[in-house]
Amino acid sequence: MKQGFRQCMAWLHTWAGLIPGWILFAVFLTGTAAYYRGETTAWMRPELRTALPAPDAATLAVQELQRIAPDGPWFIGLPTDSDPLIRVFWRSREQRRFRDGVIDPVSGRLAEAGETRGGEFFYRFHFELHMPPIWGRWVVGACAMAMLVAILSGVITHRRIFADFFTFRPGKAAGRSWLDAHNALAVLALPYHLMITYTGLVTLMFMYMPWGIQVAYQGNSQAYFADTLGIPPPVRPAGQAAPLTDIAPLVAEALRRWPEAGVRRISVQSPGDANARISLGRGDGPELPIKRQELVFSGTTGELRAATGNEAPAVQTAGAMYRLHFARFESHLLRFLFFLSGLAGTAMVGTGLVLWAAKRVPKRAGQGAARRGFGLRLVETLNLGTVFGLPVAMLGFFWADRLLPRVMEARSDWEIRIFFGLWLLAYLHAALRPGRRGWAEQAGFAALLGLGLPLLTALTTRYHLGVTLPAGDWLMAGMDLGFLGFGLAFALAARKLWRESRRAAAAAPLGRLRAEGA
Amino acid sequence: MVNALQRAWQGFRAWRWPGVLSRTLAAVVGGYAVGALVSVACALLLPMPRAEAVLTGMMLSFAAYAGAVLWAFAARSAWRAWAGILLPALLLAAASWAGRVT
Repeated sequence: MKQGFRQCMAWLHTWAGLIPGWILFAVFLTGTAAYYRGETTAWMRPELRTALPAPDAATLAVQELQRIAPDGPWFIGLPTDSDPLIRVFWRSREQRRFRDGVIDPVSGRLAEAGETRGGEFFYRFHFELHMPPIWGRWVVGACAMAMLVAILSGVITHRRIFADFFTFRPGKAAGRSWLDAHNALAVLALPYHLMITYTGLVTLMFMYMPWGIQVAYQGNSQAYFADTLGIPPPVRPAGQAAPLTDIAPLVAEALRRWPEAGVRRISVQSPGDANARISLGRGDGPELPIKRQELVFSGTTGELRAATGNEAPAVQTAGAMYRLHFARFESHLLRFLFFLSGLAGTAMVGTGLVLWAAKRVPKRAGQGAARRGFGLRLVETLNLGTVFGLPVAMLGFFWADRLLPRVMEARSDWEIRIFFGLWLLAYLHAALRPGRRGWAEQAGFAALLGLGLPLLTALTTRYHLGVTLPAGDWLMAGMDLGFLGFGLAFALAARKLWRESRRAAAAAPLGRLRAEGA
Repeated sequence: MVNALQRAWQGFRAWRWPGVLSRTLAAVVGGYAVGALVSVACALLLPMPRAEAVLTGMMLSFAAYAGAVLWAFAARSAWRAWAGILLPALLLAAASWAGRVT
């Protein structure tokens, strides 16, 4: 590393990008899918969608929770445009853990058919990797930090950053067109890449960087949150039974105060106790920062006890970062642009990984597999199994949801098992089928899965494109059209890769002869 | 004999892994320390309400961490990489110590 500054940065960019690259790819892709996590879950359980007004939805949820978990605590997510389900979370006394479910808006009961993690699975995977949460978050945090370094060193490496953006040399020497694609994707959405990586670190900063709270609050994080958010100290149950007040008027009062933002979350502590508390959390308003405001009511009299929130500059800045990261925007167009940028970020990581391998493939044709070192073969296997294998597994997750019996034991666990099973198979296939053939086959499989999904929806539900398009049901139609789009893209990729692999196969025997003769 | 020693010495100098490993340590561990100390110094020293100062420090810490990592790999030698990380870390720690809540 005695070379110049720029070479050092190029070296850093290569390794800070490659080593966490496969995890970053998965984080980017599942995180991008999580922009539509509400829609994803609703697509899987379309019969549970509702447009009930907030007070009525809250009443339904409270009535059912009183039946299944009378002691609480409860958390209720009210339906919105992009997440049109009544979600409930509660602590189950028998199982000593939190459970969650969706309320059937027709029967008012906890829905049993079609149990699924839905979009929540991708959302949680993108920062926990389906590992124990603490471990997963630290691993993703380390990868995000590497991503930040890779972005900064990548920008420094690029002297001609804007000129390079307009350079695309498809079909030129292997590696050149990959490099151009990598550059274009990176520069095109550079502000997005930087923003999403940094704000991602910020969303988990209380875990990664707790030292400020340690020294300024002597480690008392409750005191810190009381200061920033104005959260009143928790109230202990009185041990005296008292009926819970009607929730609808409280929600109506909150809606009067937040006409645009609405109510997003409700939490109920010690229902049925004289010291019960009901907190209503504000939804997203038209302003950029997410404002964490709550109205806290007495659970027995319905009297307003506290209104929390804080508009100080640093709190607003953090709120704006959260909003940007979650893309919780009213505007569908803006969220779609974030989705596209997320895909660009995914492709940027993917092309970077492929580029690393393409640069190191032996130059002369026919020297093929035998000359590839272990490192290169490992990278190639991981590349194929991740870049095409993960989309296969994700599409397979949707297939699993449509194909598994609607009512079955541990249904959502089976969906996840199928997801990981498919992903593992993709790595095995990648190991056994190196080269373009393997890429063509996985792309072809992903195309089949994507193109088949709308058909499967038509065969298994009443909500197929023939119905949803004329009815203007854009949630269901949008998801199905999205699957069609991805299927088509993979089909085109498969065709191109297939042709290239045939051409390479035709050229290979000649090369092998030459190599043997030499 | 001397030749062989010389060659071995040159081979050792050309061997980059110890330097890379040392820089990586400086970047990952030292960089985190710099980030953490930035958050601590902000929390204690910034002239704003305590909760605001803590939050500001937390949000800035990742930029400091990233900067330290870039430095660790841009410095001319692994020694300079460590020096450039330990020095600001010590300064931040000293400033935080001076401004600590009593």
